Amino acid sequence: MRALTWHGKHDVRVDTVDDPEILNPRDAIIKITSTAICGSDLHLYDGYIPTMMAGDILGHEFMGEVVETGARSTLKKGQRVVVPFTIACGACYHCGKHQYSGCENGLPADNQDIGQELYGQPMAGLFGYSHLTGGYAGGQAEYVRVPFSDVGPIVIPDGIEDDKVLFLSDILPTGWMAAENAEIEPGDTVAVWGCGPVGLFAVQSAFLMGAERVIAIDHFPRRLELARRFGAETINFEETDTAAALFEMTGGIGPDAVIDSVGLEAHGFFVDNVLDQLKKSTFLGTDRIHSIRQAILACRKGGRVSMPAVYGGFVDKFPLGALMEKGLTLKTGQTHVQHYMPALLNAILEEKIDTTFLISHTLPLEQAPQGYKMFHDNQNEVTKVVLKPGRALAAE
Amino acid sequence: MADTMNRASHDDAPLSTANNQRQAIDEATDSLIVQRGDTLVARAVTINRPRAELYAFWRDFSNLPPILDNVVRIDVLDGERSHWVVRSPGGGTVEWDSRITEDREGELIAWASEEGADIPNSGRIEFRDAGNRGTVVVATINYAQPYGTFGRILSRIFQREPKMQAQRDLRRFKQLMETGEVATSSRTRKQLEEERS
Repeated sequence: MRALTWHGKHDVRVDTVDDPEILNPRDAIIKITSTAICGSDLHLYDGYIPTMMAGDILGHEFMGEVVETGARSTLKKGQRVVVPFTIACGACYHCGKHQYSGCENGLPADNQDIGQELYGQPMAGLFGYSHLTGGYAGGQAEYVRVPFSDVGPIVIPDGIEDDKVLFLSDILPTGWMAAENAEIEPGDTVAVWGCGPVGLFAVQSAFLMGAERVIAIDHFPRRLELARRFGAETINFEETDTAAALFEMTGGIGPDAVIDSVGLEAHGFFVDNVLDQLKKSTFLGTDRIHSIRQAILACRKGGRVSMPAVYGGFVDKFPLGALMEKGLTLKTGQTHVQHYMPALLNAILEEKIDTTFLISHTLPLEQAPQGYKMFHDNQNEVTKVVLKPGRALAAE
Repeated sequence: MADTMNRASHDDAPLSTANNQRQAIDEATDSLIVQRGDTLVARAVTINRPRAELYAFWRDFSNLPPILDNVVRIDVLDGERSHWVVRSPGGGTVEWDSRITEDREGELIAWASEEGADIPNSGRIEFRDAGNRGTVVVATINYAQPYGTFGRILSRIFQREPKMQAQRDLRRFKQLMETGEVATSSRTRKQLEEERS
């Protein structure tokens, strides 16, 4: 099959590799029809994530058609499914509590050591995101092997196009969980740092949950424009003193809830975190947490801090005192995608949520390297690149 | 639970986590297991399955090679004795005969190697009810470090250090019992064979 493979910094290629096979009873093989490049894929592209190996297949936002099933898969050939980016077993204690990203069986046993060292316990596996998260081949390919296919993938009814449901795989549930963690009450003002896909979906979700006002903060004009389209007020942090503006815009009270969807923008394990961990590079930790620090200081007393943004290691100058003195609640975590998928699919089918506005570019899989380059070089115009493996075949 | 109490340090933590390992081994081998060396390893894992099921799986030693990474073969000799062939850090294999020293159905299995073992070892695996979380499984292993310091360095390099190995083996046991399969990130059967060889 053809697959987008990683070879080094700014070097991704579409190679011909062996097709995936059913290896465990609960596996399914999915023929990919749509797959997106995530902002966090750019950190693999930039060479920041350790334990990448030449030839690794990238991609953790994908959907397609079931073409093969293991003996214990509940899927049927021909079904269309969206696959969650987290690999969770559905049988362990954490899956039982719907805390799927804490699944204890998603990672191969040998890959669990590093998480245990860094965080005390290993986390779930992820598709296409280095060997720290399991070394699973990703979905920017013609086919992918999906473990625990009886638990993760959600079946999509016929007649609804890929672009409407593709983002159920990661960024829509992530934006939704961010808003849920902000525990929004009717009449609330919510401030959102970062208008990438997760931030924009958090803006949408916050309004759906009853927020009266949402204030969106970014520096890309095109992304601020998208936030404005959903009814958000905007702050361009390059032109405005964000802290002062939030204070004035809320009559001196501060937002009731704040959402940091900037962070390190990677799915954990950013290289400077690991360096931080080794105490070799502590200076890097100091300014990278700017958004969460500003959010905590801006939040009203007794308010809620939601942090969908990914942090991987230790930080310096974290305003722990403000968190305590102001009595704030902090909620965070990798997304429990499997928990949110059914309700969000319904919201899409009922046309309460539309995510297609985000897609700025659609390319055949064969042009994935150009997709990475344009996404990397122009984040203002390029808000989301969707790859179509089927289209690549047709072009051949 | 009382028999795992760390009496010397006056707390309830498992013996294997004591700072004073010498004292811990003395205590453990006093009541828990037969002494076979100067290294004590113990790991606990919670498995979301009933105690009886986990005990029954483990009691049939022929079930174990797929979850015990370094075990090449286990020959069950009779109801109490078995012959173990295990990969050694250097690349060859080591062997021993093992005899069950205590067996309480649904609760615990203890064993000790017999005379002439390449690596003298003993241990026990316990199964304790954990309410709606299933069963807490605790493995305790006592063994003689082969080839002294050199062997220790070698086994770390080849990732066959028993402490790490015990943890990984228990994770595989948990995966198989909870999900019915051992997780792998291989993409093809060929990769899987290479990974498991």
